Amino acid sequence: MDTPATYVHWMFIDISVPNLLLILLMLVVFAMALLLPFPRHKATPLSAESEPGDSEGNAVAGERNWTARLRDAISARWPWNQLLPDRQPAYVHSWVYVFGIGAIAALVWIVASGVVLVFFGPTWWHISSAGRFVNSIHYWSVQAFFFCMVLHLWGQYWMAAWRHGRAIVWFFGVLIFALAIGEAFTGYLSQQNLDAQWIALNGKDAINSIGVGSFFNILDYGQMFGLHVMLLPLGVVSLIGIHIALVRMKGVVRPIGDEPDESDASPASTASSGSTTGATTR
Amino acid sequence: MKASKMDQRRYFRGVPTISYDLIKEFVVAIVVMGLIGLGLAAVFSSPDEPSVNIKSWSNADPVDFVTTASAELAGTSNSAVYGPPYSNGSAAVQAIGPFVPQQWAGDAMHLDTAQTFVLGPLSSMSGNDTALATALSKYKAATSDQQQTWITNYSNALANATVANGAVTVASGDYGPVPDLMAAELKLAQNGSLDGILLTSPGRFYQTNYSAPLLFMGDGGYLASLVQQQHLLGSQWGMMNETGQYPGQTWLWLYTLWYQIPPFNSASNVDLLVVLLMGFLTFLLAIVPFIPILRDIPRWIPIHRLIWRRSNYTPQERRA
Repeated sequence: MDTPATYVHWMFIDISVPNLLLILLMLVVFAMALLLPFPRHKATPLSAESEPGDSEGNAVAGERNWTARLRDAISARWPWNQLLPDRQPAYVHSWVYVFGIGAIAALVWIVASGVVLVFFGPTWWHISSAGRFVNSIHYWSVQAFFFCMVLHLWGQYWMAAWRHGRAIVWFFGVLIFALAIGEAFTGYLSQQNLDAQWIALNGKDAINSIGVGSFFNILDYGQMFGLHVMLLPLGVVSLIGIHIALVRMKGVVRPIGDEPDESDASPASTASSGSTTGATTR
Repeated sequence: MKASKMDQRRYFRGVPTISYDLIKEFVVAIVVMGLIGLGLAAVFSSPDEPSVNIKSWSNADPVDFVTTASAELAGTSNSAVYGPPYSNGSAAVQAIGPFVPQQWAGDAMHLDTAQTFVLGPLSSMSGNDTALATALSKYKAATSDQQQTWITNYSNALANATVANGAVTVASGDYGPVPDLMAAELKLAQNGSLDGILLTSPGRFYQTNYSAPLLFMGDGGYLASLVQQQHLLGSQWGMMNETGQYPGQTWLWLYTLWYQIPPFNSASNVDLLVVLLMGFLTFLLAIVPFIPILRDIPRWIPIHRLIWRRSNYTPQERRA
């Protein structure tokens, strides 16, 4: 396969046989798609009340497909008034609640400045004042991100925010923290300066000691840069998305000492509950 | 039904609410964080202590470079005897009893320091240098014991070496061709050729893996002396520090702490111990909701009363 290819010459066209075969294959597959019969499905009329995409769905009973099931599962867990509520329990009236959104806001700036840094390449910020400024935004936004995230962690701990089925939210929060540390670590390794050199040399012993140094080589700039700008950010952002979705699904935890009791779930009390949030305004 | 099983309607029954604009809060947070980030960037910029390369090292401290290169040639440097993943050695292999994860991958990134750092680069440059070719031939033809004797004698003599015009000179002795090899190696390093050779050999053009030159520089004392001035050594809480006056990875404070205190700071397997300990502590943090005492502390120390101030909200109106 590594020998030079054979070329077909015709008038001004000069094309290699592999390229020609690929294009011919595409033409054949497209022709087959036009001509071959497609497996039939039982056709049913669209009900008058529903439109495609309605949350009620329009699948015939007994024929609910994966898409419908996923859509219904999401709709049941995240109705719009829970996903984007315009009211919150009065007890969220504290500065401690702003650290989470502060961390996400800092992340927005980290990603925005990171995209600019990636676009211009890893050397740009060392040789350009504009690049240095963008890198500085990136650097300080990372500091702000961890600043807010740690304060958010402290706040959630002292509120025992894992109560009432919210342990999964806490768990994903810890995952975000751990993965963000890895993301920051690969960022420090990608700086291309004295700090990065020494962190790589100093840190290799820990990585090697647990047997992963042969495939996670922190002396390999290319590997660390790739992880830093692509895979790890994708992981952090995805986990934050799950974390927020869980928070919106469960709602903010009730204060310690003002918690719901068993009778809140009795049929009588359920029947007497009011709006979606079941809450009265102050 | 437990509170954990309630839907939101039941869970928040009777809880007073306030108008709360999440989107507006998010937008305001982005603006505030932007102002903070831009302001700090404009006033303080960001750290960027220039990197070191083999050229700058060999010019700044030729004796340290030659001493290190001699150790690489002799196979006695830290990298040469390190063990997995660079060799089958054992000097840096860390274990807890029979648990030795460092050996699992073997020498997957095999590194022959004599060949990679010294003999290989010198051989590539010996085509037009008869004296260097002769010295290389003489060295390679000698027995291993003879080679070690030459290098040991030369390394001992380097303790009293002098530097003139960038060249290293030692007292006369039984060094064989080693001084000639080291002189050529130093010249190769000082003109910058060695930096390129270590990255591009064998026969590559594109390269992003800096393992070889970094390990070479790490075996010397020059880089360590520079970072010591910046308080970056492991014994100086270095992993959480940054060059200059800037904050570093402060979130690594607990990881870094263990390296400073007994029994970790004197353990030969300190890295393995600390990594496993931090992994365990991170796991504990993740399952705090299920650990008695840890999960109860917030009730016992009522900091929550400062967060959920009764003056800020009316507790649930109990049913009549």
